[in-house]
Amino acid sequence: MYGKGILKGLGVTLNRFMETYLDDISWWVRGKKRYNSPEGIAHRQSKNTRGIFTVQYPEEQLLQPEEFRFVPFLVHDGDDKKDIRCTSCGICAKVCPPQCIWIVRTNDPQTGKPVPQPAEFYIDMDICMNCGFCAEYCPFDAIKMDHDFAIASYERNVYNLEKLLKPASYYAEIRPLNYTKEEEARKAKEAAKAAKAEAAAAAPAA
Amino acid sequence: MTAPASTTTIDASAQLSASLVARFPDSVTADARPGFSGFIVKKENLVEVATALRDEFSFDLLSTVTGVDYIAENKMEVVYHAHRTTGGPGIVFKTQVDRVDPIEVPSLINVWAGADFQEREAWDLMGIKFTGHPDLRRILMWEGFEGHPLRKDYKEAFYEEDVKPYKSRWPEGNHTYAEFKNPYRDNVKLPEGFSLDNYQPQTEDQLYFSLERSSTKNDAGHEKEMGDHMVVNMGPHHPSTHGVLRVAVELNGETITSLKPVMGYLHRNHDKIGERNTYLQIMPYTDRLDYFNSMANNFGYAVTVEKLMKIPVAERAEYIRVIMAELSRVQNHLIFIGMLINDLGSMYTPSLYAFEERELILDIFEAVSGARMMCNYFRFGGVVRDIPDDAMQKIKDLVFDRLQAKTDEMERFLNENEVLVARLKDVHVLNAEEAIRHSVTGPCLRAAGVPYDLRRADPYSVYDRFDFDVAVRYNGDMYDNYLIRFDEIRQSLRILEQALKQIPGGPINSQKPQYQVRVPAGEAYGRVESPKGELAYYVVSNGKPNPYRYHVRAPSFVNLTAVETMCKGVKIADFVALLAMLDIVMGEVDR
Repeated sequence: MYGKGILKGLGVTLNRFMETYLDDISWWVRGKKRYNSPEGIAHRQSKNTRGIFTVQYPEEQLLQPEEFRFVPFLVHDGDDKKDIRCTSCGICAKVCPPQCIWIVRTNDPQTGKPVPQPAEFYIDMDICMNCGFCAEYCPFDAIKMDHDFAIASYERNVYNLEKLLKPASYYAEIRPLNYTKEEEARKAKEAAKAAKAEAAAAAPAA
Repeated sequence: MTAPASTTTIDASAQLSASLVARFPDSVTADARPGFSGFIVKKENLVEVATALRDEFSFDLLSTVTGVDYIAENKMEVVYHAHRTTGGPGIVFKTQVDRVDPIEVPSLINVWAGADFQEREAWDLMGIKFTGHPDLRRILMWEGFEGHPLRKDYKEAFYEEDVKPYKSRWPEGNHTYAEFKNPYRDNVKLPEGFSLDNYQPQTEDQLYFSLERSSTKNDAGHEKEMGDHMVVNMGPHHPSTHGVLRVAVELNGETITSLKPVMGYLHRNHDKIGERNTYLQIMPYTDRLDYFNSMANNFGYAVTVEKLMKIPVAERAEYIRVIMAELSRVQNHLIFIGMLINDLGSMYTPSLYAFEERELILDIFEAVSGARMMCNYFRFGGVVRDIPDDAMQKIKDLVFDRLQAKTDEMERFLNENEVLVARLKDVHVLNAEEAIRHSVTGPCLRAAGVPYDLRRADPYSVYDRFDFDVAVRYNGDMYDNYLIRFDEIRQSLRILEQALKQIPGGPINSQKPQYQVRVPAGEAYGRVESPKGELAYYVVSNGKPNPYRYHVRAPSFVNLTAVETMCKGVKIADFVALLAMLDIVMGEVDR
């Protein structure tokens, strides 16, 4: 029969239409919020989602997975921005594919020797391609990828040290699993170092 | 099972080498440079040798034509890769000419029609003149462009240094913005003494001349054809051209008599960018080729450089790679179906249904790699990170519980739709012979009845461990081209199910993480079956941290070679659908 295929197809659309409302009703009956709640959004991102699963941005936002990456930031320990993890080794600037990082090193005013702390650290966020290499290859866990993607502005987004620095607690908040893993690794390393120093101290005594 | 297979390969290639050199003792020599393979053919005998390779040695599919500028040796080399559609490893042959303009090499367009666009590209970017090519115009660079940007002595407008990392970034940090280096504040370099007043672009005339010449109205038997022929320019801002593709079409009434695609609007010289970058830095740039399938692009590049570095890939990483590549294929084909229906005029509903599943797959990519589209997930020897537990669970959920049912639903939704069937059925796309001649690969070739799938024909990664069928259909019409995507989704799901069951534990990279990889001198040609066709990379290393030559054989670009053959004689309304069949992505066409 001519038109059977079209009717079959329309059946699929009708089914979708029904499912959208059935899902809404079933959430309403169970007294849960399908919209504007993390639970509802998670459901709409899962395999069980049915019907329309539009997320009403910006009122609702998709749940960001931990590994989500958008533009880098520098990590500092403590509350003030003094204890910077970065040693200005420059690996991030070397590995950066669009070459958007540039670093000015600090020299000790008395000796003139380089100090492991950047005097200036610039990232041109307009050029940054969010590849995440800088965070991946930083040996000091000093540069990490951010979750904040709403950085549009009317000017060029060249971030300086002041703007790039964010506390380690913020890092722990956006990437809890990675943070714990790194802290554990660091503690293990420190413990190994301490044990080695102890052994070295014990050796001459014996 | 691997060991005997590889010995037979070596035997076969030694045999081939011996018989080829015996057939042409004067003109063919084996390429003896360390790290290189294949043959060097004398320029004078190139066409003869190529014809023999096609007819006597059955290398019927020309994969790549590209050039390498060996400036130190004052040589320009043209590299050809040819394959057999029956499978097995390919053959590399090269011809070398002195690097003195005009650099002339005979065109192979009469041997393999698929050489057309690739030779034009080599002319445009390297300045190699292919004598005998009927339509040797610039293809990617704009009208009035001076020079050949892939030559080693060409410096772009924003030139800073030959290779990254640039010294200015570290440690002094006296960085300047690229746009301040040029008086026009633009990425344009004008020739000496250029004046806009006297400038007369030739390109348009050349295009229309070429369009006129290849028109079927000139064919014998068409002399008596009456009526005006009209030239229509579709694009570059035509919604159905999937980006910025312009197509100049000559029409007789509503019938296409001649057609020429014009591309390059999105050209950024990916090859040159690659040669400025270090090996690792290229990885995120490959994401931007076919931006629907960054995982497949990463895959091809990683396979190529691993071949060059001769390093193994961690077992678990191989499975992760396959899982990602197949998920990518599923979402690509769903989008293809949705967009095809869009092009046919049924706006949005089917494409948005396809987008729903794609959304769920992109969520996985995001959880795994950190980005939805620009994944940058593969590293040499493995992948960046293991799949997080929740993402793994979601992949399993989707593969085992959802995607199969949703593919069924999509088929129920569209397959029997009378309007769709009327539009697609019996509209001829390509037959097997035409497809092979024009180097078309991917679903279009398989829908024409050639079961050529690199996952079977020349298995890479761990594809030889999975049980799946090569999707193939035989009519070569649009409806088959459409149905074959569903077949491929099903086969991908089969592979995914097996991969998810078999995936072993262990490390995800065989190498230590390093930002500067050591790549020994030599060449490598790696190819993978991307959802659009055969995606291949040709990389030449001279032992330095940056590749000496980096070339991408983009399936969309090469498949476009066949578009004129496909469209001649069909109605203009079908052109849009036929173009959709090729499943092109301009990021990959223009590179």
